[in-house]
Amino acid sequence: MLAYIGKRLLYIFIALWLIVTATFFLMRIAPGNPFASERALPPEIEANLNAQYGLDNPWYIQYKDYLFDTAKGDFGTSMKYKYRETNDIIKESFPVSMTLGLEAMFIAVAFGVLIGVIGALFHNRWPDYLTTIIAVLGISIPSFVMATLLQYYLALKLNIFPIAGWKGFIYSILPAIALAATPMAFIAKLTRSSMLEETNSEYVKMAKAKGIKKVVITYKHALRNALLPVVTYLAPLTAGVVTGSFVIEEIFSIPGLGKHFVNSISNRDYTVIMGTTVFYSIILLLAVLIVDILYGFIDPRIKVGGGKSK
Amino acid sequence: MRNFKALVLLLGLTLVLAACDFGGDSSSSTGEDGETLKELNVSINEDPPAFHPALATDTTSGVILASVFEGLTRLDSDGNPVEGMAENIDVSADGKTYTYTLRDAKWSNGDPVTAEDFEYAWKWALNPENAADYAYQLYYIQGAEEYNLGEGSEEDVKVTAVDDKTLEVELTNPTPFFDELTAFYTYYPVNSKVSEENPDAYKNPNDDNYIGNGPFTLDEFASSDHITLNKNDEYWDKDNVDVDKVNVRMIESEATALKEFDAGNLDYLGAPFNSVDLNALDRFKESDELHVSDMAGTYMITFNTEDDVLQNKHIREALTIAIDRQGLIDNVTKGEQAPASGLVPLTMEGFEEQRDYFESNDEEAAKEALQKGLDELGLNSASDVKIKLSYNTSEAHAAIMQYVQQNWVDKLGVDVTLDNSEWQVYLEELKSLNYQAGRYGWVGDFNDPYNFLELYKRKGGNNTTAWENEEYKDLLDKATVETDEATRTELLQDAEEVFMNDYPIAPLYFYTNIAVKSDRVENMEPDPLSNLQLKYVKIKE
Repeated sequence: MLAYIGKRLLYIFIALWLIVTATFFLMRIAPGNPFASERALPPEIEANLNAQYGLDNPWYIQYKDYLFDTAKGDFGTSMKYKYRETNDIIKESFPVSMTLGLEAMFIAVAFGVLIGVIGALFHNRWPDYLTTIIAVLGISIPSFVMATLLQYYLALKLNIFPIAGWKGFIYSILPAIALAATPMAFIAKLTRSSMLEETNSEYVKMAKAKGIKKVVITYKHALRNALLPVVTYLAPLTAGVVTGSFVIEEIFSIPGLGKHFVNSISNRDYTVIMGTTVFYSIILLLAVLIVDILYGFIDPRIKVGGGKSK
Repeated sequence: MRNFKALVLLLGLTLVLAACDFGGDSSSSTGEDGETLKELNVSINEDPPAFHPALATDTTSGVILASVFEGLTRLDSDGNPVEGMAENIDVSADGKTYTYTLRDAKWSNGDPVTAEDFEYAWKWALNPENAADYAYQLYYIQGAEEYNLGEGSEEDVKVTAVDDKTLEVELTNPTPFFDELTAFYTYYPVNSKVSEENPDAYKNPNDDNYIGNGPFTLDEFASSDHITLNKNDEYWDKDNVDVDKVNVRMIESEATALKEFDAGNLDYLGAPFNSVDLNALDRFKESDELHVSDMAGTYMITFNTEDDVLQNKHIREALTIAIDRQGLIDNVTKGEQAPASGLVPLTMEGFEEQRDYFESNDEEAAKEALQKGLDELGLNSASDVKIKLSYNTSEAHAAIMQYVQQNWVDKLGVDVTLDNSEWQVYLEELKSLNYQAGRYGWVGDFNDPYNFLELYKRKGGNNTTAWENEEYKDLLDKATVETDEATRTELLQDAEEVFMNDYPIAPLYFYTNIAVKSDRVENMEPDPLSNLQLKYVKIKE
């Protein structure tokens, strides 16, 4: 197990190096310049700015500097917000994005599995049709439409929730629901179909024959196996809720990291692009690793590290 | 085993909850003595890009800085300069030497504001090492340009603190708008004592040493979330400041800001803080809430006069005339802008009237000019004129450019394609003249025609047309040294005529400031330069 994790960590480092390299060269190939401004700068001043950020060095020196700084975890000062360190930006805004993401994941997984199980248990009866309708709506309504609708009716018209901002738990409810809707619907569909498959399998029939209660069969036997595809989906979901919250964060004006990730690219804010990209990559690579390890716990048939079969 | 699992789960949950960050609610609306504070709620789109007066280049930063700092002069609510830190301004007969006597004002930490603070701040901005984008705003001072470009020395910059209360400034040329300039943020002082000890103090607004001399103090900055300004008790004119506390929230989405305004959580929408959602303009117009005022800005299409086709003046003329400006304003931009007939906006002295260099939407005249151009270029038909119309990616610009494209294609029969790119890329394309025709907007830093005419004085810099003209240069040079205001205005008017007769740009419209405010605030209107001074805002009980 430890050897397996060690090997995976090594892969993560290689992947990170590839990501840093690709990001660096893509940034340099992309036209545009972080210091281009409407009021043209005297060339002398622009040269000074470039020197401040080491942009006057040849590309291989810059590349080397980037690699070293990344290894040290020091991404430097933002080129647009010259009073802020990239590290501070990440440190301040990631916890906010993560809180929102976790809340959304909780809603998505809890309600998704619940809806899916209900659908499977009442197969082809009205609760099944109802849950299917909910799921189809959830998948087909884009999150920003959902967010705007929630904000308009529940916050502006009914005044139950605040419209926008980030000052306490109540501020996070609408954005979390908006962010969770699509993955929740997806998880519900996944759970329903794999539950149906499991309930028709031999071991469940056997259990039924033995006279075990339906609740126990569902909870202890079928659901455990049915959740496997859901766990697989968790890694890309983490990616989705942590990075994909940009639009939601904008609509609810939440001080999260998604905005910096997207805006830094159009600002050509090289230091922030590099910082956020590396940071997100680490999060995603680790998420994938954790999901792979979780497999082993949920389904003993899967042996991480390709252990020998006896 | 089961208990162990439960424990792990519990631990995990606690950890997750502990890591959760919902921010803190620290707002309270009562003062120390229990009186209700007069609070003003506004929002801006994003974090101000700069908090150091010398490093600021945008209106968002400008609003915050004008509240926290004060220059030698300050603009009143109509945009005219009045005495700020200076109690008395003495100008020499030749208009080149300014002697300021400072009033007894204090920094928010109790230090007196001295002439050294100004000298220090201006020289800091000019120091090439600090790479201040807007240092050129100080070039009117003798020796400033040379020092900033690394050719002169600090000692040769003619700004001198004679004593604590007297500041002497020598200018290269008589500059009638210098009193306006000293109200601009690049000319704000910084506390030289604090700054010398801690050079980065003014870069970080959360630093304890971030102290100002303006009507408000910046008490809190939470990135992407909010800025809190509180009334400055050390401010010399604090009796005339009505607002006790300003909550500036960062709300990027215009639609969200509109909802917050409708819910009564914001008191103001519009320039210079944010913009009013276009979808709500008709509603606010109907209810008569929309405040529209002229702004010192011109929206235009600039032509690359070194391009194979657009080097021809008649082609440029045809394209300029063919655009139906009123139609554009009524159907696309909808902000009650004024159709532009020249380069200099209507807010500026001597340019208040529409000019008649050409008649907009005159199809006959446009076709005639086009034919002349085709003959000169030796082209057979209008469809041989291929024009790529560029703009920076944005829905609003796209709509305007499509309208222009349609005008050109329908009326002239030329072949027009649209091309958009990101802002940082687009700026480079314009500057390297790697374009044919492209949208451009220019908003004045101060309300003087020179601000606009100077752009096209020589190639390079902000001149995206590559157009040059000796007569034009000559007129501007004369205007620079002219001390009689009426003659100067005439020279500038002549210069604009020379410029427009050559059509290096097609002006489209003059910008307007669009804003709505809640009923509880008064005296909150942007001036022509889109400055809004929180100092003058009054809140009704």
